[in-house]
Amino acid sequence: MTVNGGPPPFQRFVDTHREDVWRFLVSSVGPAEAEDCFQETFIAALRAYPRLRAHSNLRAWVLTIAHRKSLDAHRARARRALPMEDPAALDVRETASPPPRDQLLWGAVEELPARQRSAVVLRYVADLPHSEIAAAIGCSEEAARRSLHEGLTKLRKAVSA
Amino acid sequence: MTDRANDQTGTLERALRGTAKAANGHTAAAASAAERLSARIASEGLADITYTPVDSPFGPLLAASTQRGLVRLAFPEEDVDSVLERLARRLSPRIVESPAPLEPMRRELDEYFSGARRNFELPLDWALIGPFGRRVLRVTSEIPYGGVLSYAEVAADAGSPRGSRAAGNALGSNPIPIVIPCHRVLRTGGALGGYGGGLDRKRWLLELEGALQGVQ
Repeated sequence: MTVNGGPPPFQRFVDTHREDVWRFLVSSVGPAEAEDCFQETFIAALRAYPRLRAHSNLRAWVLTIAHRKSLDAHRARARRALPMEDPAALDVRETASPPPRDQLLWGAVEELPARQRSAVVLRYVADLPHSEIAAAIGCSEEAARRSLHEGLTKLRKAVSA
Repeated sequence: MTDRANDQTGTLERALRGTAKAANGHTAAAASAAERLSARIASEGLADITYTPVDSPFGPLLAASTQRGLVRLAFPEEDVDSVLERLARRLSPRIVESPAPLEPMRRELDEYFSGARRNFELPLDWALIGPFGRRVLRVTSEIPYGGVLSYAEVAADAGSPRGSRAAGNALGSNPIPIVIPCHRVLRTGGALGGYGGGLDRKRWLLELEGALQGVQ
């Protein structure tokens, strides 16, 4: 830890949080787009980095950036899919990685509205407490709990359907 | 919520957590993504400092460079984390590990340690050196390969004829040893004096340079 203000050396910050960020992105945008989002997340973090304070919650902060990058990726995907007007083309989740038995579940996670998706992924993949989920999404803690609850309800319906 | 719904939620939560944890490939995938990230940051010039370990007869040295040049060379027993912490505080926290930018420096050090190089040409960044240290280390950096000066002579040349103790301190906190050759400064009369990297190394370097005749 760096004392006297200022965050730790950037490389240490990456080493500490790379796995959380990677898991979050694989779960929220899929393995094919995770690499780009990962790079974008940490490059954006690097630009803002010297302005951070030593006591900042770096994990919540970098997951906030990752959350924003995942929204960008979903929006870009929607833009790419729209002009084709071919319903089959809307299903762009041809991406491989999650094992078959979980494809249904993670497919349903990707279908969730943005805030619910991020809440679910931050909770179960990155293991964040509700307060940090709220900070990452940019809402109140109560709203974060609600999003999580609504997300889980939708998922339960989706996987038992 | 009904018991059944509760039960389902429990199963669902386990499934969500289970897949996340079970995906062990993520550890390796995250590590290699991070490596590509550091390489990209270094090659696009987005880092203020890059560092890499460099092999030497003393063990792995830590070499750190800014856009200007080599700013720090640390001996193997120095704690990497605290070297990096200090760089973060003094210069910038935008520090990444990447061998590519330091490749020319690694090559010059290799050549030097094998006796094939007498002068370093690599650019240096003096940012960690204060005004007095700068005067002392400038004088030191002009001592030729195979030559030596005394602490008193260095102090005098740096403009502080009575400052040999202060000169000794400035030499002792040289952030770029070997390349700024503080090992070439001895006591008047030829005793080795001190060395931040240990006297054995000072002797080894002076022997390498053929400067040890008449020196204990």
